[in-house]
Amino acid sequence: MEKGVAYDNDMNLKATELRLGLPGTDESQKECSSFVKSNKRSSEEMDSSCNEEECAPAPKALVVGWPPVRSYRKNVLQQQQKKSDSDVSGMYVKVSMDGAPYLRKIDIKVYKNYPDLLIALENMFKCSMGVYSEREGYNGSEYAPTYEDKDGDWMLVGDVPWDMFVTSCKRLRIMKGSEAKGLGCQ
Amino acid sequence: MAYSFPEEVLEYVFAFLSSDKDRNAVSLVCKSWYEIERWCRRRIFIGNCYAVSPQIVIRRFPEVSAVKIKGKPHFADFNLVPEGWGAYLYPWISAMARSYPWLEEIKLKRMVVTDESLELISKSFKNFKVLVLSSCEGFTTDGLASIAANCRNLRELDLKESEVEDLSGHWLSHFPDNFTSLVSLNMSCLGSEVSFSALERLVSRCPNLKTLRLNRAVPIEKLPSLLRRAPQLVEFGTGAYSAEIRTDIFSNLVEAFSGCKHLKSLSGFWDVVPAYLPAMYNVCSRITSLNLSYATVQSPDLVELISQCPNLKCLWVLDYIEDAGLKALSSYCKDLQELRVFPSDPYGAEPNVSLTEQGLVTVSAGCPKLQSVLYFCRQMSNAALIAIARNRPNLIRFRLCIIEPQAPDYLTLEPLDTGFGAIVEHCKQLRRLSLSGLLTDRVFEYIGTHAKKLEMLSIAFAGDSDLGLHYVLSGCESLRKLEIRDCPFGDKALLANAAKLETMRSLWMSSCSVSYGACKLLGQKMPRLNVEVIDERGPPDSRPETCPVEKLYVYRTVAGPRVDKPDFVWTMDEDAALRLS
Repeated sequence: MEKGVAYDNDMNLKATELRLGLPGTDESQKECSSFVKSNKRSSEEMDSSCNEEECAPAPKALVVGWPPVRSYRKNVLQQQQKKSDSDVSGMYVKVSMDGAPYLRKIDIKVYKNYPDLLIALENMFKCSMGVYSEREGYNGSEYAPTYEDKDGDWMLVGDVPWDMFVTSCKRLRIMKGSEAKGLGCQ
Repeated sequence: MAYSFPEEVLEYVFAFLSSDKDRNAVSLVCKSWYEIERWCRRRIFIGNCYAVSPQIVIRRFPEVSAVKIKGKPHFADFNLVPEGWGAYLYPWISAMARSYPWLEEIKLKRMVVTDESLELISKSFKNFKVLVLSSCEGFTTDGLASIAANCRNLRELDLKESEVEDLSGHWLSHFPDNFTSLVSLNMSCLGSEVSFSALERLVSRCPNLKTLRLNRAVPIEKLPSLLRRAPQLVEFGTGAYSAEIRTDIFSNLVEAFSGCKHLKSLSGFWDVVPAYLPAMYNVCSRITSLNLSYATVQSPDLVELISQCPNLKCLWVLDYIEDAGLKALSSYCKDLQELRVFPSDPYGAEPNVSLTEQGLVTVSAGCPKLQSVLYFCRQMSNAALIAIARNRPNLIRFRLCIIEPQAPDYLTLEPLDTGFGAIVEHCKQLRRLSLSGLLTDRVFEYIGTHAKKLEMLSIAFAGDSDLGLHYVLSGCESLRKLEIRDCPFGDKALLANAAKLETMRSLWMSSCSVSYGACKLLGQKMPRLNVEVIDERGPPDSRPETCPVEKLYVYRTVAGPRVDKPDFVWTMDEDAALRLS
């Protein structure tokens, strides 16, 4: 009846192309052809996962109900993926530096104390952060290390005991000294 | 004609028949057997709530103590059935409240259950014992509070994967202090925290509690307290399985688990901290069922746990297990019957784990009792499917989801027709099959030819033409449920096999090529089927007859057209056909 799928020389990428139309339908039927109505729920889920910074390549949730994973499972996985960066043993956190083109990831469990961590960061990003002081923070340095804690607040690295820092740090950001001034001063 | 046996004797004999099939056969023997049987049938199974009405059921079976009803079609699980479609429980409860005052059991799947229904249940049935709500929705924790407060003899409350509006955890505290009959509680789908002391007291005073599945909100540090109060537990579901690593928490957990000598099934395991998994090792040798499908734990930790469970029969796990983990599974768990591997990152463009077809092939080779498979993966080959089929001709359920629609055999780039063909050819007892990947009409020819015991078939993005659908409808003798999405199947096969549809429970077709005209014709031809067009674009007759409908749901019924349809569902019946043509 209808044409079979051609498999001669080329890989026939069209056959594996993910699109909203029916397999085998051509454009002329578009007016009447049933379309995949975008279901509000699924596109919301898709949008929320697109808000992550490292979104490229984009998630493929283009087709409603495919792959056939139930909503409660999808929701649990999304929640867990957001947490997993800080909870999995071997605590990898993202490190960004103002002005750098891409982020890095380090395992903060590898370090025993703040000086070790700072030296590692300084080497990785070729910057200088100086010495921490409770009163002045990293005042005077070109850069200052900050981190996002479990509550979502941005904190200066060094204020809390090391162990507490390790369990509460979700990600690091090396801020330009001029910006960090606000964090260190009274 | 005189009977050798009085009614009472026949009734006594019929009491030994538990399967509906047998009871249905018995009731067809003669009128008096029909009469005797209908008075003594206690358990009713309604596979499609719209196939029959509460009134018809009650009229035929006046003394029922257990009811099981299924509502929405299976594809509702994947958001293909629009909100407000139907499957309301209330009419059933209100009818049964009047006619079955001694009803003890209600088990539901994919139905819309309101707090009002739950309250009515709790007040109408004095000896109510079992409530199982599987994939249901429409109720809140207030409805649960009614059940807890009023069902004095409740044994089982199982909320399996239902969508509950979680107003508070207070519902659990409604179980009265003198309530002691609980045998099974599954609240794993709930979000909010229940009063822990109320839970502790409940567990303490219910000596027959065998199943306790907690929700995520119960922290790991509190588990020992519950386990110590219920050492007779057979099935246990944890909450979030994580905490900072502390030796006291760990040792409490070890001790508490050790006290449970009857544990066979474990589940829960949200947010797992792998360091706490070994706390369970003492019970693992007796474990037959393990649900780790929320545990985002890496393969080595999974393997360590699984290697402690030689008696494992059922494993649900995420694809973090990877091929290496499945290899270990196949060597440690020779009793394995069911395996489900879920995707950890279903929408990711690239594979995030090293799980391929090889894992499944290995398990099929190493686990001689494997009969039920659900497997999500990103690549498959005909060779692998053929190997699986040859290794495991005893497969009963085979559901494969290759994540990319229409993905071909990754080695040869051919369709996966021969692979699935081998599955249906070798696995002669196959009852359930879900297809995926690149498939032509040929695979349906194989299915129609060989899959004689197949009862449920799920098809997506497959086939070339009506011939595919025709092969299935004309060849699969045992087919009861057929669900199809995004396939180029149209009018011809459907109309040519109209009579087949009366032998099945239901047919679902969405985003296919079935025209409105054909649906009308089908509805006209087959008065004992409900032919329902679901179309959110507006009335089908506002478009040409040749225009394909969005979704089609066809099912046999003795209840006539639905009276509770939403505005996007149209029944194609004789009247409609005359009215609209």
